[in-house]
Amino acid sequence: MVSVMEIYQLLPKTNCKKCGLPTCMAFAVGLLGREKTIEDCTPLLEEAKYEKKLEGLRELLAPILSADATETGMIIHDEKCYGCGNCVVACPVNVANDPKGTAIGRGPVSGKAILMVEDGVVKCVNVDECRRFGPNKVLCSACIVTCPSKAIEFI
Amino acid sequence: MAFCTGCSLLCDDIEVDFQGGKIKKTMNLCRKGHAHYDSLGVDRLAPAVDGSSVGIDEAVSAAAEVLAGAENVLLFGWGNSTLAAQGAGVKLAKKLGCVIDDPSSYSQGLITEKILAGDFPTCTFDDVRNFADVSIYWGDDPSSSHPRHMSRFSYFPRGEKRQRGYEEDREAIVIDVRKSPTAQIAADGFFKILPGGDGEFMEALMATLGGKIPKVEDKKKMLNLGTKLRKAKFGVIFTGPGLAHSLGGDLAGFASLVGRLNELTRFSVIPSLSDYNSRGFNQTLFDKTGHVNGVSFKNGVDHGPEFGIAKYLDACDAVMVVGSDPAAVLPGTLAKKLAKVPMVAVNSFKNLTTDIAKVTVPTAVAGLEVGGSALRADGLRVEFDAFVESDYLPDVEVVERMMEAV
Repeated sequence: MVSVMEIYQLLPKTNCKKCGLPTCMAFAVGLLGREKTIEDCTPLLEEAKYEKKLEGLRELLAPILSADATETGMIIHDEKCYGCGNCVVACPVNVANDPKGTAIGRGPVSGKAILMVEDGVVKCVNVDECRRFGPNKVLCSACIVTCPSKAIEFI
Repeated sequence: MAFCTGCSLLCDDIEVDFQGGKIKKTMNLCRKGHAHYDSLGVDRLAPAVDGSSVGIDEAVSAAAEVLAGAENVLLFGWGNSTLAAQGAGVKLAKKLGCVIDDPSSYSQGLITEKILAGDFPTCTFDDVRNFADVSIYWGDDPSSSHPRHMSRFSYFPRGEKRQRGYEEDREAIVIDVRKSPTAQIAADGFFKILPGGDGEFMEALMATLGGKIPKVEDKKKMLNLGTKLRKAKFGVIFTGPGLAHSLGGDLAGFASLVGRLNELTRFSVIPSLSDYNSRGFNQTLFDKTGHVNGVSFKNGVDHGPEFGIAKYLDACDAVMVVGSDPAAVLPGTLAKKLAKVPMVAVNSFKNLTTDIAKVTVPTAVAGLEVGGSALRADGLRVEFDAFVESDYLPDVEVVERMMEAV
C-alpha cells in the first residue's frame, strides 16, 4: 500500500502552490486520493532536476492509476480469490441495499450490490455506492478483514 | 437458477449462462463450483474394457460380468450419486450378497452415525443462519473445502435472531492444527492444537466447563472460551476430517463434551462432508441396515471395520467404484492393493481410479446433465433438475442395468 509520505518525498517540496493547493503535502494527499494528477505539478514536469523524482513517482503510482484498481482504490487479486462471498455478505452497503439477497447469505437480487461473485471470483460493481467513495468517504474495511485469502486490498 | 453439486452445501442461488455447449458466465458460484460447471466438457470418461473403447451396453455387461464372476465384491464410493442411484446401489449389494462402503468409513462415518441415530443433536443450516451465535469449526476448514459455508450459513449472514451478523451476534471458534484460512477469519477465536491433540483439548475444555482450572498453557483464553460456550444461546459444532482422524474410532470424549454442552445450553453437531451427497448415502444405508457404511450382505447384514475399504481390500476379488477416486485419496500401500483388484469404475470424469480400472462406465453429471435428489450435509433433502441435455446415462440407470445383468 502506498503512503502519503512516500509520495511527498518524490515531490519538489517547494510549496509553490502552482497546483492550486497550499502545500506539497496537500498535493500528495490529492494524488493518493486521485483528485489530482501528476501533470498538475508543473515544476516536476518542466524542471530537469526533478527528472528522477518524476520517474520514481510514476513508478510508485502505477498500481493506483492502473485499470485494475477501481475508483475507490480497490484491487482484487483474482488468482487468490476463492469466490467464497464472505466480502459480498459482510459488506455493509450490500446488506443495506440488498436485504433479501446478500444480507442473508444468498446471491444479490436487488441490482444495487457493490460486490458480487462472477465466474468464481469476486467483482466490484456500482463502485459509487462504496463507503470509500466520494467526499464523505470512511475507511471501511469489511471486505478486507473477512477475506480468508487476502485477495482484496486498497491502495 | 441452477443447482451446484460441487460440494455438500448444494447451493441453489446459482445463475449460469450456458451457450453452445460452454459456460459463458456464472453468478454466485464459488471457485470450486465454477470449476465444477466449467469441467462439463473436460476429461469426460468414455466406456472402455481393458483400455479399449467399447459401446456403453458392452461396458455395462462387461462390468456385470466382473461383479458376477467374483465372490467377495466391494461396492465403494456413492458420494457423488443421486439418492435414487444410492438406493439402487444398496439393492445391488443385497442381490450380489457383497460389501458396500463409502469414504466415510475412514473419515466422519462414526460422527454421522451418531447424528442419524439421534445420539448427537443436530439442526439444519437454515437454523444455523437464523439462530446460531457460536460456531465451532473443529478440524474443519470450510473456507477451503466449502467456500460458501461461512458466508451462506455459519458466520457472516444476518438471520432471524442474528440481525447484526458476524460483527456482534456471532462468534467463530476454530480448533485446528494449523492456521487455516478459516482460522484467519476467526482471529482470536483460533485455538492451535498439536496433531492428535484433540482429545487433550476436549479434556481441558471439559475441566473448564466443570469450573476447574484447565491444564493448558493459555489458561485465560481457555477460561474465556468456557464462558463463551456456557453463555451461548444456540451453538453449533462443525466437525471436519481433522477431528475424525485424530479421534480414530473413539468418540467417547467428544460425546461427553457434546452431552455436557447440551446440559448447559444448546449445541448441535453438523459434519462438513466433502462429496455432494455423502450424507445421502449414509442415510440410505442407515435406513435399510442401521449402519452408515461398511455393511456386508453376505450373511444377512453384518457391519464392522473389517468391511471398510481400508481392511476389506485384502479380502475382496472385485471392486466397483462409483463416483469416487479412492486411488488418489487412499494411502499409497492401500492404493497399490486397490490397483491389483479387478475394478469397475463408474464416473462422469476421468481420474486416477478410472485410469487403473478394468472396465469404465461413464455417467451424466448429476445436477447439470441429470436431475435427481440429494441430502445436504445437514440432512435437508434437495431436489434438482437437469440443466443441459446430455447423451450420457444417469447413474441410477447404469446401476439398474447392472442389477438386471448380474
